[in-house]
Amino acid sequence: MTIYIIKRLGLAVLVALFVSFVSFMMLRVAGDPAIAMAGEGASAADIEYIRQQFGFDRPLLVQYVAWLAGALSGDLGNSTYFSVPVSALLAERLPITMVLGACALTFSILLAVPLGVLAAVRANSAIDRMALAISVFGQALPNFWFALMLIVILSVWFPLLPPSGNDSWRHFIMPTLVLGYYSTPAVMRLTRSGTLEVLRADYIRTAHAKGLAPWRVLFKHALRNAIIPVVSLSAVQFGYMLGGSVIIESIFALHGIGQLAWESIARADLPTVQAIVLVLSMIYVFLNLLGDLLNAWLDPRIRAA
Amino acid sequence: MTAPALRDIDQPLQLSPRALLLRRIGGHWGLLFGLSVLVLIVLMALAAPLIAPHDPLAQNLTGRLQPPIWAERGDWNHVLGTDQLGRDYLSRLIYGARLSLIIGFSAMAISGLIGTVLGVCAGYFGGRVDMVITFIITARLSVPIVLIALAVAALLGGSLEIVILILGFLLWDRFAVVARSATMRIRSADFVMAARTLGCPTWRILASEVLPNVADALIVVATLEMAHAILLEAALSFLGLGVQPPLPSWGLMIAEGRDYLFFEPWLITIVGVALFVLVLAINLLGDGIRDVTAPDAH
Repeated sequence: MTIYIIKRLGLAVLVALFVSFVSFMMLRVAGDPAIAMAGEGASAADIEYIRQQFGFDRPLLVQYVAWLAGALSGDLGNSTYFSVPVSALLAERLPITMVLGACALTFSILLAVPLGVLAAVRANSAIDRMALAISVFGQALPNFWFALMLIVILSVWFPLLPPSGNDSWRHFIMPTLVLGYYSTPAVMRLTRSGTLEVLRADYIRTAHAKGLAPWRVLFKHALRNAIIPVVSLSAVQFGYMLGGSVIIESIFALHGIGQLAWESIARADLPTVQAIVLVLSMIYVFLNLLGDLLNAWLDPRIRAA
Repeated sequence: MTAPALRDIDQPLQLSPRALLLRRIGGHWGLLFGLSVLVLIVLMALAAPLIAPHDPLAQNLTGRLQPPIWAERGDWNHVLGTDQLGRDYLSRLIYGARLSLIIGFSAMAISGLIGTVLGVCAGYFGGRVDMVITFIITARLSVPIVLIALAVAALLGGSLEIVILILGFLLWDRFAVVARSATMRIRSADFVMAARTLGCPTWRILASEVLPNVADALIVVATLEMAHAILLEAALSFLGLGVQPPLPSWGLMIAEGRDYLFFEPWLITIVGVALFVLVLAINLLGDGIRDVTAPDAH
């Protein structure tokens, strides 16, 4: 297990470095940050001044190393719009996004896992077909449109929930529904196929043959194995949700990191955008690592491979 | 009873592969439904200049925000009403289908090319090549694509071509993963070994032995990624960083209708349903193809 952890950790660090490099270069190559920051109608001298002040005139590689060194010591630069350290902005905004992501993931798992298990236990029944329909619909539903329709229904037609802001838990209900429903299909399909596969296994037949109660076979023997891939998928889905929060938070005016990203993009606040891309990637790499380690812990066969 | 008839009865299930495939397709309602809806939308998009009742860009500021035909003030001249600039909603919807299909297809083609090349190489050569490519795939999966797409689009300036390129260069991961595992499964198959023994050049083995055998799996990915690209384009355009006005992108239409959410909800409802139906049709088609070509792969 220790060797596995070390190997997996090393890979995560490499991936993190590579991703930070590529995303840094991508944003720099995509456009001249000095021109974007200066805005329309800026003179050549203004642009040159910004270029020098923020060090955009240095070679890209030097800029990257300087930025990375800063990031590693917790200094992500200053927001060009708010003129405060980006790390302070993130510290203020990240918890809201994390809460939203956690709520959405919980909602998604609570909906998808029981449905997936039921669909597998009663394969080809009405429940199975309903679960399939929910997943097919969920995959085709544009999430930003779903968000707007929820606002129309739950805030306009039946004024039950506030359409925007993040003052109370009620503000989180609609964003949770939208983000959570988005990853329900994937979680449910995997739960269903995992359970189906396990239920066909020999040891399940043995358990039945021993005369164990069906619920006991299902919960103590089958689900323990069926749920393993779902654990690592959930970690991945949480990462997707943080990415998806850019759209959802901007619709519901939830002051999380997603909305900050969206506003910073609109304001050409490059250091902030760069930092958010980095933070989201790192969270994702970490979650992936966590998912894999959890998997290895739950399933000794993975460690050996 | 004559002898040939008896012989037929002896082998009632000897269907040719083609007949078997046709029978499977015929019995798969999801595939048939998805295919027919998609064909309808493609035909509608192709024939847009012929069937659109008005010019999708022609404004009429005195006839703004007319409701659709089923509402009280509805009018047959504008069956689905008009938008906030008095442009005919139905015509914009029809032309918008063109944009969605063009973007979805082109982005899918670019990402399909990148992903297939990477995946097939990783699966076929294995070893170091596989290690490097797997690493690139892992790295790509760790990038928040919505955020990167938005930021790059903002820096480059949104346009049809840029949206296609951004999506094409971001959505290749699933192609690579599937092509890699499918190639791995057949790389030591007898027919590949035979070709290698005969001294076939590697590029030729890849093109004429490996590719045709992983194509089924890749077609399924292609449909899913096309749907994915269409949804992402709509989201980008919705946030103002994708296709630019006055083009009738469906995502843009939802963004424009958002200001009238409270009093004119049909403005976002109709186009949203259209987007949903298009993506649903493509996904059903993809799921159907998977069921029909690889029934065990569920």
